[in-house]
Parts: sequence; structure tokens; C-alpha cells
Amino acid sequence: MISEQLPALQVVVPLIAAAFCLVLARPLGAWLITFAASAASMAVSFLMLNTVMDSGVIDYTFGGWAAPFGIAYRVDLVNAYVLMIVSTISTVVSVFARASVTSEIETHNQGFFYTAWLLCLTGLLGITITGDAFNLFVFLEISSLSSYALIAMGADRRALTAAYQYLIMGTIGATFILIGVGLLYALTGTLNMLDLAQRLPDVANTRTARTGFAFLTVGLGLKIALFPLHLWLPNAYAYAPSAVSAFLAATATKVAVYVLLRFVFSVFGVEFALGAMPLALGLAILGSVAVLSASTIAIFQQNLKRMLAYSSVAQIGYLALGVSLATPAGLTATLLHLFNHALMKGALFVALGCIAWRIGSSRLQDFAGLGYRMPWTMGAFVVGGLSLIGIPLTAGFISKWHLILAALEKGWWPITVVIIAGSLLAVIYVWQVVERAYLAKPPAETSRAEAPASMLIPAWLLAIANLYFGLHTDLSVGIASRAAASLFGVVP
Amino acid sequence: MIAGLYNYWIVILLMMTGFYVVISSGNLVKKIIGLNLFQASVFILYISIGKIANGHVPILQEGVSNYSNPLPHVLILTAIVVGVSTTALGLALVVRIRETYDSVEEEEIHRQDESL
Repeated sequence: MISEQLPALQVVVPLIAAAFCLVLARPLGAWLITFAASAASMAVSFLMLNTVMDSGVIDYTFGGWAAPFGIAYRVDLVNAYVLMIVSTISTVVSVFARASVTSEIETHNQGFFYTAWLLCLTGLLGITITGDAFNLFVFLEISSLSSYALIAMGADRRALTAAYQYLIMGTIGATFILIGVGLLYALTGTLNMLDLAQRLPDVANTRTARTGFAFLTVGLGLKIALFPLHLWLPNAYAYAPSAVSAFLAATATKVAVYVLLRFVFSVFGVEFALGAMPLALGLAILGSVAVLSASTIAIFQQNLKRMLAYSSVAQIGYLALGVSLATPAGLTATLLHLFNHALMKGALFVALGCIAWRIGSSRLQDFAGLGYRMPWTMGAFVVGGLSLIGIPLTAGFISKWHLILAALEKGWWPITVVIIAGSLLAVIYVWQVVERAYLAKPPAETSRAEAPASMLIPAWLLAIANLYFGLHTDLSVGIASRAAASLFGVVP
Repeated sequence: MIAGLYNYWIVILLMMTGFYVVISSGNLVKKIIGLNLFQASVFILYISIGKIANGHVPILQEGVSNYSNPLPHVLILTAIVVGVSTTALGLALVVRIRETYDSVEEEEIHRQDESL
């Protein structure tokens, strides 16, 4: 009985929990609700992933209204996989959030903080699960509005301007998506993605279809933070509260990438989106520039949160490169990197949050001797950093390896060069931190002082996951390649 | 051509005006006004799509078989709600920014941050 309602529960549980958080408004209670709701959605997403792997796509219609009139949810392997990533990261990071939020956010705002967190989670899960193009826009705005509020709660005053800038650019992006959806509706008379996919091929060769596609991709480009539309991202991640940086860096742009995949592969179809339209070339060029330029800028950052934010822009470049190849292998690499990047950025931002909790700073100059003062935290940071570079035996290596293989298979060797150059640049910016933390002379009064266990455990969970998925690739590669095959319409 | 697609020309005009204000203005409140214009143009776009030639109000009545499409109106009601929330949140942020920086001009805010 309840198993039939899983797709609805996925979204409804965090949504209702958010209302409870708002009413309760006590920090500890609100945190408990957030953790419980995140854990419940994680359980739901794992159950659905399991069902989809065993017995295929789950279709769900709200209130029994069939698809063209009602809103349909459709869970296939691709979005079950993304749902699993988002809800797991939310659960793990919410454990870390308790201590971090207590130190960074005033007591009377903590209830609101957790409310916004749950709304953001609701939005991200809703975007991923829905099979209705307009519903997608609504969830996109739910997650965006709550993330503007979350970012604005950062202690630094620049958090306010960062949130404002994100609000302006995010709203322009969302409105572009709205225009694109409207044009598609005008053309086909449906908002259901399955119906759209059936009706679009007949009218694909019209100016309306091309304009709608252009508006959608540019709007999504803003949400993905694809170079050169990434300007909102570095400040937003740098000045947001530590827990928010970790949560959003690991989930928000990933979900936007998923939406792009959904529209490119499921709605418009590969022939139109990557064949008739010049999207593949555009993604290849912008992705390459993103990898090289953002990695270079990351080297010169003194604020490490900002450094990781620029590194995120570079990682988005890798995701775009995988899509631009327009082959199942390239798409597998993108989906793999989606998961692995969530793990590595989660680990790195959580470790930085531990450091900010202890020394009250995330500036490189304050890291001298930190490897001895906070050995466990820096250990997790180093593991995340190695994974970010793509050292063998870490998760980062697996996705870059698949991306390079896919590029070589297609014969696009310049992409391979870009990937390797990007990894070498990552070596430089990760090494800076390691050098400062382990080789620089620590300040005179050094004593070992770790972050509390509630922060260290999530950091190490994510770090160990980076190592685990670097060694045991069956699970992640298996799901990613099956999901990629299903997007290409090849029944796995 | 121009008369028949009158609505859409208004949409394009409003859209470009709003977009230009968002990009060019340095005043944070004016940027939000521009954003509102930009969104309003999309509302008109959706509502125009719903109109059917000689279509009646979509209320079931005797002797009428040609109704306008009510769905775009419903969709745009939702989008208006989203637009209002965005404006409210944006203005709330501007209030906080003004309390902190004592200015709503982008250049002045940048100048203060650079001196940090």
C-alpha cells in the first residue's frame, strides 16, 4: 500500500516537515525534524531506486488524474539515481549542520534556517522527480527562493550581496526556463514530458521549437553555473554558512544538470538537441573554457571556500564535456561525475566547515600547522582533495577515467588534453593547502583541538565514500551506465 | 502582421525593457523593478497563448462550443505568486543590505567591500 505512494512521499515528507519546523522554531527540535525528514526521504529514494532497478519505471499520477490533465511523476533510473544523491547528501550534511549552525547562526534564526533547508530539499527532490515541465519550474523556484534565504544567513556581510546577485541571476534563469516551457506549450498543447517527447519531433523544425530550446538551455545554463553564466556561484558558496555551502555545492547544480539531461535527451531527443542544434559544440567549448579558466582562478584564491567554489565551476565544465560527446560513454561519465563530485565537494566543504568551527576562518594564511592541530579534519580534507584531483583509488579518478575514455572513443583528443590540464591545475590548488597545513611552521601556541564528533563523522563518512567508490565501482558505474543507456533509449 | 501579433510585440518590448533595466541599473531597487517588468512580459506571453479566435470565457454554457484555453491563466497565477515571492525576498535583502552598507548603489557597496 505505502510502497505505491513512494513518489508522493518523496516530496511531501520534507514539505510538511518544513511547516512543522517553522511552527516549532526551537533550534534542537527543528534540527531533529530536519534530520528525520532527510533520513526519511533518503529511505524513500533508496526504496525507489531498488524498485526501479528491479522492475522498471514507476509512474505516479496525483489524485488519480491521468497525465494530460493531472501532474504525473515519473521515476526512472536517471532520476532515482539523482534523488538518491540529493537526499543522501542532505542527510549526511544535516548531521554536520547541528554544531556548525549553532556556532554560525543566531539562535532565533535557526528555526527559519532549518525551514529553508527543508524547503530547498523539497524543491530539489521535486525538480528531479516530476514529469511535468511547469511543475518543474515551480519546484525550481521553491528550491531557489529558499537557497537565496539560506545564503543570506551567512555571517559575513557579503553574504547579503551574494544572495542578492544570485537572486537576480537565478530569477532571470528561471524566467528564461518559463519562457521556454511556454513556447513548447504553445507549440504542442501539453506540459507532460512524455507527451512533449511524442509531439515535438513533428514540429521540431519550427522557429518556436528552436527558440524554446534556446531559452531553456540558456536558463538552465544560469542554474547550472556553466561558464560564462557562473558569476553568481563563487560569492554565493564563499559567504554562505558552512553547512549551506556543503549542501548546495553537492546538490543544487547537479539537479540543474539533471534537468538539462532530461530536456536534451528525453524531451527534445538527441538528434534535435545535439544534432540539429549546435549545443554539443557549445557545451564542448564552454566546458573546456570552464575547466581551464576556473581551475586557474581557483589557484589564486586566499579564501578556501571561494577556491572550492571556483573548483565547482571547473567540475561543471567536466559534466558539460561529458554531455557534449553525445555518446552513451560520455553520458555515463557525466552521471558518474555527478555522484562523485557530490561526494568530494561534500567532504571538502564539510571539512572546511569543521575548520571554520574551530579556528573561525577559512583563509589559507590561517592554515599553518593545521595538519597537526586538527589531524582528523585535515585527513578528510586531503582525501577529498585527492579525489578532486583524480588520484587513482579515489572516486574522482573513476569519473575522469571514464570521461577520458569516452573522449578518446569519440576521437576528440583536445578534450582529453583539457581534462588532464584541469587535473594538473587541481594538483596546484590542493597542494597549496596541504603544504600550508603540514609543512608551514605553526603559530607558537599550538595544541591539538579537533572539531566535535558530530562534525567529524559526516566529514569522514563522505571521505570514506570517496575511497570506497574509488575501489568498488560496480555499484556507481553500473547504475550510471544503465541510466545513460536508458536516456539514449536503449533498453538496458 | 503587426496588428495581428500586437500582444507579442508588447511582450518583446516589455521583456527587453525589463532585462535592460536589470543589467544597466546600479540601484538595487531599480534592478528588482526591472526584474518585475521582465516577469510581467512572460505573464502576458502566457495569457496571449490561451486566447482562441472567437473563443468564449471558459465557463460551460448552452450553445457555446468554442472556449478559450483556461490552462495558461492557471499556470500564470502560479508564476505570479512566484514573482511576488521573489520580489518580496529581493526587497527584504535590499533592506538588509541598506542597513549594513547604508547604501543601495552597487558601486558604493563594491567600494566598501574592497576596503575590507
